[in-house]
Amino acid sequence: MEAYYRSKKTTDRITTVLSYLVLTVIAVIFIFPFIWMISTALKIPSEAYTLPPKIIPKTFTWNNFVEGWQYADFTRYTLNTLTVTVLATLGTVISASLVAYGFARFKSRFNGVLFTVVLATMMLPSQVTLVPTYLLFTKLGWLDTLMPLIVPSFFGGGAFNIFLLRQFFKTIPKDLDEAAYIDGANAFQIYYKILLPAIKPALITVGLMSVTFHWNDYMSPLIYLNSDHNFTLAIGLQFFQNSFGSSQIQMLMAVSLITVIPVLILFFIGQKYFVQGITMTGIKG
Amino acid sequence: MKVQKMRIPKREEKHFFLFTSPWLLGFLIFTLYPMVFSIILVFTNMDMTGSGRFIGLANLIRAFKEDTLFYRSLVNTFYFVLVSVPLSLFAAFGIALLLNQKLKGVGFFRTSFYIPYITSGVAVTLLWGWIFNSQFGLVNYFLSLFGITGPSWLSDTRWAMPAIIIMGIWTIGNSIIITLAGLQDIPEALYESAEIDGASSFIKITRITLPLVTPTLYFNLVMGIIGGFQIFMQPYILTEGGPSYATYTYMMHIYNSGFKYYEMGYASTLAWLLFIVIMIITQIVNRTSRHWVYYDN
Repeated sequence: MEAYYRSKKTTDRITTVLSYLVLTVIAVIFIFPFIWMISTALKIPSEAYTLPPKIIPKTFTWNNFVEGWQYADFTRYTLNTLTVTVLATLGTVISASLVAYGFARFKSRFNGVLFTVVLATMMLPSQVTLVPTYLLFTKLGWLDTLMPLIVPSFFGGGAFNIFLLRQFFKTIPKDLDEAAYIDGANAFQIYYKILLPAIKPALITVGLMSVTFHWNDYMSPLIYLNSDHNFTLAIGLQFFQNSFGSSQIQMLMAVSLITVIPVLILFFIGQKYFVQGITMTGIKG
Repeated sequence: MKVQKMRIPKREEKHFFLFTSPWLLGFLIFTLYPMVFSIILVFTNMDMTGSGRFIGLANLIRAFKEDTLFYRSLVNTFYFVLVSVPLSLFAAFGIALLLNQKLKGVGFFRTSFYIPYITSGVAVTLLWGWIFNSQFGLVNYFLSLFGITGPSWLSDTRWAMPAIIIMGIWTIGNSIIITLAGLQDIPEALYESAEIDGASSFIKITRITLPLVTPTLYFNLVMGIIGGFQIFMQPYILTEGGPSYATYTYMMHIYNSGFKYYEMGYASTLAWLLFIVIMIITQIVNRTSRHWVYYDN
């Protein structure tokens, strides 16, 4: 028996060591491209295009960041991206929480049916509505403005977010609402003063996911924006790549790196909220 | 026990519609109306200005009979989905299994695997274009260490799609974390009693872990299929569908028809055909699911 346990201990240790080994190799594969990005961004042109590639540049230069940034109007692109991201996220958080509150707290003959519709829209691939939505925004005169990237967020904030927030509202006992109601609070005050503070972590999750989505979004800006001064960073970067090709890779990587950093910082600050959000994704089925 | 009233008070009903109205309006304006409109578009040759006339089934006939790029893009997209979805699924499951052990530093690994997903966008796509650079790229340098001369990846008709697939697998962080959450839902007691019965690790994985995590795998599979059929950004930025249409995906064909040639009727037709393809395939997966997906109740 003792021999059994001893051998089991040894196999456990071997498993642990092997697991660490495999995980480390995979982690390197996942992270190394970023290190390569940083490394290229810090190199002088002649060194960026040399073999064998060096991870640590012989001559460090910050020039790529400055020169790359000035090559196109990246400051403008950043402001546009920020405008879209901030307003769309605001719209998402406000409208998704209002709608989720409606679904979670109020009885109606239509509650069940409409909530099923919410869930069904999650499965609908967006390309089916792409063309008519484009024609609609064209009619409204919103082509080549930031409006198409912002306004839809204020109309429900996305099916998944409604679902997620509704689940969270449901975990809060209804006695709280009723006590406040007896004290003279109206439905909106209950939402604003009692329930919103209670589900703050979920709101942060929704907000962070919305920020990364809008920051990285490519398809909508590509379709709706035409003139340079309206570009977002995603389109600006592509524009930069198209005009430079890969002949100035060190600048392309420098500017790309700048656009990735805000998302990374946000992720490190709010990691647990991100993980919570994704975990919820899995249990929606 | 509270007595449930059968009638719903007017106030409740009013509040329900008041608070859900943003979504209701949004659903009508941005989902229902566009869907109905795009069905109508299928039977017209409408252009960007919104003018066009009824042309019957001409768009459908064009797709099936005349448009060689329709088939080309469909085949390419199937290629992408058939390779990348199963690979991603297995990779995510394997990595999640490794993460699910009680190891120190799991947080670090989880973060590393998730970062590519969170940053996925144009910037990271351009980074991969550089990594796959045939002359100075990291991948070919790595291969050269083993005496292999790497292909020119994104400009080689045979290797461009595999390059895009590899890039896609790099962003499986989301599936890893979803699978990990599924694994952590499995009650510890099951493993303990299996251990008492003398079950090996292999038996525990195949007889306990795998069956109990199938709902999560099923979810990842369906989401992977839906997302995979819509692959667009990576090939559009890196190859614009080339070389010689090797990475020309279906979504790119929709985009070009609608927003490059402004054939709104035809683009809508293509969109609906894709929708039907996705529906059929997810239905097939759904049918098979009762043979392999384990449900508690």
